[in-house]
Amino acid sequence: MTGTTRTSADLDPRRRKILFRSWHRGIREMDLIMGRFADAEIGSFTEAELDTFEALIEVPDRDLFRWITGEDETPANYDTPLFRRLKGFHTHGAPIHA
Amino acid sequence: MANDTSPAADGAAPKTNGAAYPVTDHTFDVVVVGAGGAGLRATVGCSQAGLRTACVTKVFPTRSHTVAAQGGISAALGNMGEDDWRWHMYDTVKGSDWLGDQDAIEYLCRHAPAAVYELEHWGVPFSRTEAGKIYQRPFGGMTTRFGEGTAQRTCAAADRTGHAILHTLYGAALKNDTNFFIEYFAIDLIMDEEGRCRGIVALDMTTGTIHRFRAQMVILATGGYGRAYFSATSAHTCTGDGNAMVLRAGLPLQDMEFVQFHPTGIYGAGCLITEGARGEGGYLTNSEGERFMERYAPSAKDLASRDVVSRAMTMEIRGGRGVGKEGDHIHLHLDHLDPKILHERLPGISESAKIFAGVDVTKEPIPVLPTVHYNMGGIPTNFYGEVLTKKNGDPDSVVPGLMAIGEAACVSVHGANRLGSNSLIDLVVFGRAAGLRCAEIVKPGESQAPLPAGSADKALARLDRFRNANGTTPTADLRLQMQKTMQNNCAVFRTGDVLNEGKTLIHEVWGGIADVSTKDRSLIFNTDLIETLEFDNLITQAVVTMESAANRTESRGAHAREDFPDRDDKEWMKHTLAWCDEGAGQVSIDYRPVHTYTLSNEIEYIAPKARVY
Repeated sequence: MTGTTRTSADLDPRRRKILFRSWHRGIREMDLIMGRFADAEIGSFTEAELDTFEALIEVPDRDLFRWITGEDETPANYDTPLFRRLKGFHTHGAPIHA
Repeated sequence: MANDTSPAADGAAPKTNGAAYPVTDHTFDVVVVGAGGAGLRATVGCSQAGLRTACVTKVFPTRSHTVAAQGGISAALGNMGEDDWRWHMYDTVKGSDWLGDQDAIEYLCRHAPAAVYELEHWGVPFSRTEAGKIYQRPFGGMTTRFGEGTAQRTCAAADRTGHAILHTLYGAALKNDTNFFIEYFAIDLIMDEEGRCRGIVALDMTTGTIHRFRAQMVILATGGYGRAYFSATSAHTCTGDGNAMVLRAGLPLQDMEFVQFHPTGIYGAGCLITEGARGEGGYLTNSEGERFMERYAPSAKDLASRDVVSRAMTMEIRGGRGVGKEGDHIHLHLDHLDPKILHERLPGISESAKIFAGVDVTKEPIPVLPTVHYNMGGIPTNFYGEVLTKKNGDPDSVVPGLMAIGEAACVSVHGANRLGSNSLIDLVVFGRAAGLRCAEIVKPGESQAPLPAGSADKALARLDRFRNANGTTPTADLRLQMQKTMQNNCAVFRTGDVLNEGKTLIHEVWGGIADVSTKDRSLIFNTDLIETLEFDNLITQAVVTMESAANRTESRGAHAREDFPDRDDKEWMKHTLAWCDEGAGQVSIDYRPVHTYTLSNEIEYIAPKARVY
């Protein structure tokens, strides 16, 4: 059920590295937040978005988690369109397993 | 850098499928595989002993799963009142349901205070009492006076103890000039004809090159294998790679049937919902909306112990009363609780439920199911960390050149069931012990014999096979089949029928690897390849777990058999050893006696009695 489900065959080395690191955060919650989004979007990131995503990967887990849940306000320099897509990706209007 | 890049000891790089893999050679005194709490503590110890030490790790050290440990670390410091390492030992023996080796448990509990003070001196910011001592809190199963009172024995750095320990140990390792090989995926051990471990072969994921490490001692600190199950709280890195390398080296794993479950992981995600949720009034329902815990535990109801709740949930699911499309989980209700109380007393739960289940906990139930939390089984070792096997009738025969520590190892201090806060102390006490043992038996810079001919061939053949796998089944499909089989047939509800069916099914999944498909043929961060190597590691552990569980016809600790509900000390007070023959697709089982003696005469052997709390 969890774990990457996309192939790395169509990705360049930089994207492959980001995909690996997204699924290896050390904490399950963060693996799912970064990994699932990377699975969905890594192939279509622009070069600028790759920079943005790499910067997000370096944010302390606790801070990033609270930005995603909305418990804390996201600092302006991280509140990018890509970050909003990441947040939107994990926002659900209804139960997933209903 | 103490890096020796001399040419391969056995000549040219091996050729597989016509493609040569150039090999870079390194020689060290000690190679540690894994950079979690145990691996880093051993790395620091070996470096401080003047040994040329390499730490090889597939993730950046601070991304090891130790980072997620929240609860705390146990040691009888006696800061909050009377305490004694002997009481800690009694609790650990009882928690283990008498499957733990008492010499090792004595070692753990006696050395726990020194290991914690060491962490304090290195900079772990432990929470303090007003008097400035390390604050200690109560934890399940931790008592005073051999079960009479409640102990406050668990030290913590707020709710991020694992994070603090991991970052502190990484800093200590850097100060000691350790050579880190980061984002290197260890493929296999190098064993010689006499059965000595001589090193490892690893893939540097950043450059896609192969590295062969020759060492006097290899220390495996590769963690647990939670990902063999559908629902696990562990991070995705937890694939038990060292355990699988040991099986492939023809050595046994021990007590793999003992897997600890937490009753409430979020369905489909595994993320933990703390027991506190039921403590605050949360309750479970089945597909009929029934609060079924009232039937299983009329007085404690939803507050019954972890194993009782997990079993009841499983009985409901198996009885056709699970919820969801596949009827394979249970609902946890918090919707009757005051949202303010939810937010104050259960911070983070509403947010986790929203993100990972799409649930508004004030209106809807959270889908949950029993979730793997810890693996008691692993690589058998003595309390020095030396790996053991059974050879020529000797059940404590040391495998030269090989050690194992942390969740990968089975020392065995947790026996059939681990107590909360005993895992972090296990990491640092035995990480430290392994360093001390290496200082004793490894001579700095001693010249090492050339590696056996073709020492990397097997590892490279394995790599090459999966890199070019041309079958029809994607790795993710095989992984899901394995995880569902383990969750359905080898979780909390165990009978001979369920386990025997599980054996058939898990062998089918294992056989399926012949038809695995990978698409990426590259070597740099090839996640198709890494996921497949990890799946191959997981499936052998899944198979020995299933077979060991089917074989043990008693109930002890985390292994509860409906058809054999009692502990049977006469027949089963022994460790399971399971070997795996990959070629034949077969598991063979033998046993080691439990060590029913202590280390010193300062405490007597604690004789078995019923484990009642």
